[in-house]
Amino acid sequence: MRYAETGYNLEIDLATGNIERVETDPKVMETHLGGLGTSVKLHWDRVGPEVKPFDDENMLIFSSGVLNATPAFSANRTVVTFVSPESDLLAYPMMGGFWSAELKYAGYDKVILRNKSPKWVYVWINNDKVELRDASHLVGKGALETQDLIRRELNQPNAQVAAIGIAGENRCFTASIEQGRSSASRLGGGAVLGDKKVKAVAVRGTKDINLARGEEFMKHMMDMMKYINFRNENPIPDVMTILSGIGSPQEMVHTDEQWHTENFMWGNARTRRRGFWSKEISEEWPKVQKEGIKRLISCMNCPQHCGALISYKDTPRYMAKCFGKLTYAMAAYVDNMEFAWKTLQRATEYGLDSFSTPQIIAFGIELYEAGILTDKDFEGAPNDKEGRFIWLLDRVARREGIGDVLADGVYRAARKIGNGAEQFDHNTIKKHEQLPLKLGTLDPLYYLMYSTNEKISITQIEGNWPQSAFATMEQRENFVKDWPQLPDESWKQWLLEWDQRGEKAIPFYPTPEICSEIVDWMEMLHNIDDACCVCAGMSSFCLKPPYHIHNYPKIISSATGLDLDEGSLKKIVNRSRNLHRAFNNRRGMARVDEKPPADHWKRRWPELEENLLSTYYKFKGWDQNGIPTKERLHELDLDYVAEDLEKRGILKDGQD
Amino acid sequence: MAKIKKKVKTIKVDADKCNGCRGCELVCSAYHSSPKYSTINPARSRIQIIRHPLKDIWLPVFAGEYAPAECMGRDVYTIDGKEYDECTFCRAACPSRDIFKEPDSGLPLKCDMCESDPPLEKPKCVEWCLNDVLTYEEREEEVEEGVEMEEVEVGLKSMINKYGMQNILDTVNRISQKQ
Repeated sequence: MRYAETGYNLEIDLATGNIERVETDPKVMETHLGGLGTSVKLHWDRVGPEVKPFDDENMLIFSSGVLNATPAFSANRTVVTFVSPESDLLAYPMMGGFWSAELKYAGYDKVILRNKSPKWVYVWINNDKVELRDASHLVGKGALETQDLIRRELNQPNAQVAAIGIAGENRCFTASIEQGRSSASRLGGGAVLGDKKVKAVAVRGTKDINLARGEEFMKHMMDMMKYINFRNENPIPDVMTILSGIGSPQEMVHTDEQWHTENFMWGNARTRRRGFWSKEISEEWPKVQKEGIKRLISCMNCPQHCGALISYKDTPRYMAKCFGKLTYAMAAYVDNMEFAWKTLQRATEYGLDSFSTPQIIAFGIELYEAGILTDKDFEGAPNDKEGRFIWLLDRVARREGIGDVLADGVYRAARKIGNGAEQFDHNTIKKHEQLPLKLGTLDPLYYLMYSTNEKISITQIEGNWPQSAFATMEQRENFVKDWPQLPDESWKQWLLEWDQRGEKAIPFYPTPEICSEIVDWMEMLHNIDDACCVCAGMSSFCLKPPYHIHNYPKIISSATGLDLDEGSLKKIVNRSRNLHRAFNNRRGMARVDEKPPADHWKRRWPELEENLLSTYYKFKGWDQNGIPTKERLHELDLDYVAEDLEKRGILKDGQD
Repeated sequence: MAKIKKKVKTIKVDADKCNGCRGCELVCSAYHSSPKYSTINPARSRIQIIRHPLKDIWLPVFAGEYAPAECMGRDVYTIDGKEYDECTFCRAACPSRDIFKEPDSGLPLKCDMCESDPPLEKPKCVEWCLNDVLTYEEREEEVEEGVEMEEVEVGLKSMINKYGMQNILDTVNRISQKQ
């Protein structure tokens, strides 16, 4: 019997319509656990570096993780993997919601989509019955609209549907895959799905998932329940509200947006608006936010309220979460929250990533204002800020006119437009738009996180370590006294010594050696979450979370029957993480690509930055070009990877 | 007939507080699996969240008595501008719909308030819901003494309703001869 996982994948060849239910090797769980880990393994085995994002051979995998569908709190993520049209690397956006649990109840751990369908289809998985159904009538429909249409058509109100909107159909590089209140957004999964002519994947399941040691597993969950209650009742003091709780940022609950609106940049990551949160705004915005929120909602088996049902005036209803609440208004320099609610609805139906897309549009408008794009490019656009922004959003989603160029993302559009447009591409890493943040002094921890993680997004590596030093010793002592999540007690000293000014402050403290330990630890936690498909909001993305390195091995062991301790669990996720890096190295990614935008910090220390990167590479067991060494790969039982990298000349013997 | 004290167990549902997480469904199915907590399957849960997210409907409903036949008519409620589907508020497992039936055998499910020995402080779904949607209450009422059906009898009765008396008799006969 298989525990926690179903032991079966669905393999779908879209070109021929062949569908197979394939039993997986139980050993793969022992070596790669599940979720992102086992998906990376499939991509490594099957997708060579010559495969381009829109080639037939670019597989797209919807995957559950080992803890989905069990009573593990907040284990509700679905991880979607594919070679990204934007970064040309292996992307893994994730969505919350209910989809992955439903897939496991239907009897599958993953849905593997290969090749391209000759006509528009959607996949309908109903336990053992799986079919490709005609989707020609759904083309042009909104991402959310499509989900309900499919449920109605199938007469399956409990089916979970992940769908693309017209942005995905048109292969916009920032097209998302939407599902209820959630979306797998970053790096263009919607575009790859659209390229395969798959409008949606719907699933309904009514089968059992087995737990290896159920009673023991539930005891761990009861302990966690107590801690979740404790954390909900006791927010962490001395940090920003948004960081004080657990869960994904509670953007629907919190209405005080002074921090985001005054510290994040407006426009194309361009202007910091200190003093924006005036008395008038601080009354108006929360009022409109509350007017729009009909109900606070969550994902599967999660007590938090990260999402909301939005019902604002005559705007059709939709669901929202996180920072998408602000990104469109801030990118458009529009000072009213009403615009935010309305635009987010439009963009959600289009199926567009609300992180990257607003910046792309702001970038286009910036180029227009600078005279690089002309009236001809903006022919027919309204003159007012709001109207022009929406006009351009429509063009991007439909790939019309200048929208067709911008739909490839800032990096590529800048190079295509030329004429100085490259100068305006100032907020991308590895060709991908970043959070609109521009700060003062180089932060060594963030430098490493921005530079090196395969997610290419800071939100998928930061989390457990405070974002900045506490001002007073009293605050520090207070913070460390109750911090069992740390891997080792001795680390508390680092936080106690970490100051806001002087020698023990950024950029020189934490030292490169300490930074390496901390960043590696945070990344490792994210990798465990991503293998289990536990929401990072309850684990790696927040301070003092319910899941951590000390309870994870027990939880996973009792669910799966594997006999894991901290060391063996770390080894598994390190294996998958290095395989992921090797996959990207094989596609050409190397040290030269690992750098935050030049203006991310005003005050930079090039020598220190080089030292940070070199120290971290060494710590990770990578050579000085950022490639895992033969020794490191051997330690992780990845000799076959070393051999492949050597054969391709990416890994050179004796070179570090 | 003599009067006896009867313990009335109530789960109060404050549907406005429901965030739609379906944790109650998970834990119910886990608790009622055999051995306890060995399998999870919300389709076997005796509490189901009726969900229509865009209509703002997240309604926990508990499985009640099995009904062998459909009602003569069906009901659709509109409350506070929200239209609930046919029979949404009905707790019965009945031939008109799939809810509250074992997915493999089709046998009806019924909430038993997680009765166990020793008794739980409260049903698992109530314990698991961290948003205070479900509140457990007990009170005593004086009722006339009646004959309580035993578990086997309840099961048999529903089997008879589903397959007919003769079928069940024949099957029992056949099985007992084999043994």
